Amino acid sequence: MTISSAYIHIPFCQQICHYCDFTKFFYNERLADEYLEALENEIHTYIPGEKEKLKTIFVGGGTPTAVNHSQLERLLKMIDDHFDIAATEEYTFEANPGDLDVEKVRLLKEYGVNRISLGVQVFDDEMLEKIGRVHRVKDVYTNVDRLIQAGLTNISIDLMYALPGQTVDHFEKTIDEALTFDLPHYSSYSLQIEPKTIFYQRYKKGTLVKPPEEDEAEMYELLQRKLAANGVQQYEISNFSKPGFESKHNLTYWNNEYYYGIGAGAHGYLPGKRTINLRPLPAYTKKATADGMPILHEEPVGLKEQMEEEMFLGLRKAEGVSLEKFFEKYHKEASDVFGEAIPSLKQRNLLVENNGQIYLTDRGRLLGNEVFQKFLLDD
Amino acid sequence: MKNEPKQQRVRNFSIIAHIDHGKSTLADRILEKTKALTQREMKEQFLDAMDLERERGITIKLNAVQLNYEANDGNDYTFHLIDTPGHVDFTYEVSRSLAACEGAILVVDAAQGIEAQTLANVYLALENDLEIIPVINKIDLPGADPERIKQEIEDVIGIDASDAILASAKEGVGIDEILERIVSDIPAPEGNPDDPTKALIFDSLYDSYRGVVAYTCVREGSIKVGDKIRMMATGKEFEVNEVGVFRPTPTSLKELNVGDVGYLTASIKNIGDSRVGDTITLANNPAKEPLPGYKKMNPMVFCGMYPVDANNYNDLRDALERLELNDSSLQFEPETSQALGFGFRCGFLGMLHMEIIQERIEREYKIDLITTAPSVIYKVKMTDGSEIDVDNPSLMPDNQKLEEVQEPYVKATVMVPNDYVGPVMEICQRKRGNFMDMQYLDDNRVNIVYEIPLSEIVYDFFDSLKSQTKGYASFDYELIGYKASNLVKMDILLNGDTIDALSFIVHRDFAYERGKLIADKLKELIPRQQFEVPVQAAIGNKIVARTTIKAMRKNVLSKCYGGDISRKRKLLEKQKEGKKRMKMVGSVEVPQEAFMSVLDLNDD
Repeated sequence: MTISSAYIHIPFCQQICHYCDFTKFFYNERLADEYLEALENEIHTYIPGEKEKLKTIFVGGGTPTAVNHSQLERLLKMIDDHFDIAATEEYTFEANPGDLDVEKVRLLKEYGVNRISLGVQVFDDEMLEKIGRVHRVKDVYTNVDRLIQAGLTNISIDLMYALPGQTVDHFEKTIDEALTFDLPHYSSYSLQIEPKTIFYQRYKKGTLVKPPEEDEAEMYELLQRKLAANGVQQYEISNFSKPGFESKHNLTYWNNEYYYGIGAGAHGYLPGKRTINLRPLPAYTKKATADGMPILHEEPVGLKEQMEEEMFLGLRKAEGVSLEKFFEKYHKEASDVFGEAIPSLKQRNLLVENNGQIYLTDRGRLLGNEVFQKFLLDD
Repeated sequence: MKNEPKQQRVRNFSIIAHIDHGKSTLADRILEKTKALTQREMKEQFLDAMDLERERGITIKLNAVQLNYEANDGNDYTFHLIDTPGHVDFTYEVSRSLAACEGAILVVDAAQGIEAQTLANVYLALENDLEIIPVINKIDLPGADPERIKQEIEDVIGIDASDAILASAKEGVGIDEILERIVSDIPAPEGNPDDPTKALIFDSLYDSYRGVVAYTCVREGSIKVGDKIRMMATGKEFEVNEVGVFRPTPTSLKELNVGDVGYLTASIKNIGDSRVGDTITLANNPAKEPLPGYKKMNPMVFCGMYPVDANNYNDLRDALERLELNDSSLQFEPETSQALGFGFRCGFLGMLHMEIIQERIEREYKIDLITTAPSVIYKVKMTDGSEIDVDNPSLMPDNQKLEEVQEPYVKATVMVPNDYVGPVMEICQRKRGNFMDMQYLDDNRVNIVYEIPLSEIVYDFFDSLKSQTKGYASFDYELIGYKASNLVKMDILLNGDTIDALSFIVHRDFAYERGKLIADKLKELIPRQQFEVPVQAAIGNKIVARTTIKAMRKNVLSKCYGGDISRKRKLLEKQKEGKKRMKMVGSVEVPQEAFMSVLDLNDD
């Protein structure tokens, strides 16, 4: 199977969000220049010759739009130099509302970017401030207008829930306001407190309290209900779209397909292995500049892991996993490989089987991890 | 041939000390000085061989090392250093190893002074008529006050401490003096090489090639390879394959004579045939009377041990059988719990003994265990006149069938600085203790004696004591007998089902309070399930406390992970692993800790 996608990481931010544990550093012009140099070297190692045709490219961060105009152009150009953009079905840039001035939007459009993912998070300035975001609600409006005027209409926004101090009502207002934009795609993630973040420190000290599990569940159910009522269908645990606007790049992950992981701390999946790049900026930059291979380590993915991942990733999708396709891919029946797992999950009303597809029930979506871990095979 | 010169130059001694007062370090220095170990062989704290001993800084198994010492008088002496365990659970073993000695080095910390455990062991030494050489250790540390400690030794123990040796085992100070004083103060072993043989077994261990290795001290006569020996308590007879001494590695000899401390093997298959305290004699010329002091040790504390994975039942039995080979005080028999399936009811000398066995099974045999809260043996008189012993709370008969329940009591001695008398008495009262005595040892230290039910000691007595006295209290106890108490069985119900493994016995006056505490504790320890789980505490049919573990509502990775699939996998693996360590009880997944929750109620 060929490699269908690329994820390219830009680890710079104007401000660090309190919850973020991705690879990120405060933006600095010189460091960004060096980084882009290194990045180009890494891309070139993977694609030394003619332009590669991919289905999707996703540029994420960090904040890819945190760099200056010339750096943004350099980034777009190096991508254009190595990938056949005209043939790329989906080319996404992540952006921070407020970062997108007219010039940046123009550049993105000019270089063939056809999808924008905006980190909106919540429609409430006070709460944005509390979680360490630098943008304000009005920025969302100006940026979305600007994108649409430039013809970049395939826009997605991210919303967060289960934030400290957030109530179900509060989240409902955010959903309602998000829906007034009538966008083709929405993602919504619950706050996870991760080590090495400001929130983690506060949580440890007891000064940060997450809403109770009951509220979090209610927020998630509310999200599903409201979006569905507005014609935005859930196609994955955290992703919703109008028909035909599912993120093809996201689906690469859930369909267990191959993708390059390029940039500091980026994760890739290539035949037989998952790759994890060096995370610290100086380490990445140094290694990628020197030899174009800034890989921290590779994890082999054998048949067992592939089959497990096929299930615990595939079941994240609303359509679930096709038993027939599973057989075509692995020449084994899922029911033989996973034994009791499927029938017992069905019996517990977490999983259903219909027309050769198995997928999560409403309850199963809330308790996904209970389902997914059943597909980890014993050694 | 009495008192031949060789016997005159033997010295058998032990070191008595409280945990942390430097016994092992002193033993190391003595080994070093007598060149029993070359520098290369020298490993810190040589005598504590098991990992667990090293980690906990305590000695569990005894050792006896033969050392050669050239004294200032120009003669060569043979020393036998007999190591003793330093914990309350092993008092009997200590008393037997002391019985193999003529003298003891009493190590007292120059700042902390005498502790309850030290005192208990000194009394054991005095009972055995040992010559005691006081050593005040750690004089190099700030806070050392040797004069005060000397006074304390005189006041509390009543021995002359004017010539106590001031030492720092860590720094090597005072070691020469200690060695000379061993020669001058401790008498040579008495006993007649021509009398019928009497040899004391003060420890034994099991070796898979040689069978039981008995550690022994020859008090009368001799033992040589080929002798037919008889164990006087059990009457069992064996033929000796090997005798020898530890230097400190085992070195075989032709025979062991009066005064010698060493080992013997005799194809003994069962450690129960080589009991600590028993006397070995020769079958063809037996001694009339055994050496005094033999007792068969009975376990005082019991708990259920179950494999988390039922498939490990046979492995657990093998592990217990192997441990039993080395530990005649460990008892076990199969039992079945509705909640936990097949397992074993195990008996131990005390809490430390229990913890050590548990840890060894988990660590050395790699079996995940669920251990139920420890219990004592209750003597139960039934209304029909019959009497039974109950070592498992879930087997306590219904209240209406009970005429009377008796529980074991101990005499607990707590030694504590003045300032903590109040808190200690409060704890003892709360643990249903009866005040017996209080003595001021000096201006600052008090010895407090209470009668307390053993079951209360088994709960969290020692922990509360330590936490309430900032660790200053030291503690010792001995069993004094059974007394009737107003006890009831408390059952715990999860999701409406009684969980036998969680039942416990409690005094009626404390039942409501403890029921509430344990229900709350279980709520904290048991993770949310996919349905709501009521937790109830009941006496008979009467519910005395109730709480609810709410249902799990959301457990799904809904974070933006980018393409980081490895991270997702790790998280799922961790959740799966966590589940494996839980036990499915009825329809509820219960973590291991929950079964011990009754021990950790923080009711202070």
